[in-house]
Amino acid sequence: MIDVSLGHYLVVSAILLVLGVFGIFLNRKNIIVILMAIELILLAVNLNLVAFSAALNDLAGQVLAMLVLTVAAAEAAIGLAIVVIYFRNRGSIQVEDVNLMKG
Amino acid sequence: MIITLLFYVFAAVLIGSATMVVSARNPVHSVLFLILSFFNAAALFLIAGAEFLAMTLVIVYVGAVAVLFLFVVMMLDIDFAQLRSGFQRYMPVGALVGAVLFIELMMVVGGWKLAPEMTKVALSPTPSNVSNTVALGRILYTDYVFLFQASGAVLLVAMIGAIVLTLRDRQTSRHQSIRVQTERTPGETLELVSVGVGAGVKAGDIRRPKVPELEHAGHGDHGHGGHGHDGHGHGHGGNGHGGHGHGH
Repeated sequence: MIDVSLGHYLVVSAILLVLGVFGIFLNRKNIIVILMAIELILLAVNLNLVAFSAALNDLAGQVLAMLVLTVAAAEAAIGLAIVVIYFRNRGSIQVEDVNLMKG
Repeated sequence: MIITLLFYVFAAVLIGSATMVVSARNPVHSVLFLILSFFNAAALFLIAGAEFLAMTLVIVYVGAVAVLFLFVVMMLDIDFAQLRSGFQRYMPVGALVGAVLFIELMMVVGGWKLAPEMTKVALSPTPSNVSNTVALGRILYTDYVFLFQASGAVLLVAMIGAIVLTLRDRQTSRHQSIRVQTERTPGETLELVSVGVGAGVKAGDIRRPKVPELEHAGHGDHGHGGHGHDGHGHGHGGNGHGGHGHGH
């Protein structure tokens, strides 16, 4: 086993990103799992930023990762609020009916 | 040596639990595997030296976002079987897109070299004599203060948005309207009555409180609340009388 280098982190981050994208493809009907797959993608991005920050001795990567974390939390909150009121109005979370406002 | 081993362990558990997040049948299991992924990612951050971010990940992501997911998953009545249909149909396309994305990313990782002078043009060089938290504190509130305030604004808007979306104003709850209460004039509340000697105040309607004029258009329940609160001053007698009056 060689020492942990930047490449290791980038491979892990790439696999997480691909798993997140794959998760969105697989769970098209389950809106909550789609939101969780988006969180996985954002986690992959954070891992990438932190790995580069460690490799280049630059703290800007960690600052950006913190801001991405902030936005991810805000987006998860709003997305779940929308799911909750959709469920309140429709009684189920079949998001295929979301196009009812389509002209 | 031990750190390398730990890296492989955490990375393996991270990838395994991320796979389970997207492929678990039960959404509650998905959320729990997501929590496990976040913990392992925090451990990887620690190995990379970003200790503040690792702890922030645990506190914010696991402590707030994942718990929120858990609340929503447990609150909604989810029909599992119907949500899994289409799994087989979309798997080949999803796997193809995922494979192409992964191959592209591996081409970048494999064929890329770090220019040696890149370490000198760092935007905010990591100081070596202070801890990670101190170093982040030094630059976050000085160099990046605009982004810091903007992220605070983003969180504020998200909070207001979530509350506005999900708040249900209960029409049956009685609440105070301070404005109605402070606008009340003594003429509405007090009535001086001259009573004959020995007559007592039970004659006629004297025992009933004076009802203030109900305002129209949207203040209906506030007026109702105001009336209820006016009647409350007289104990339950006032309301009881009002009820009997309506009954007759």
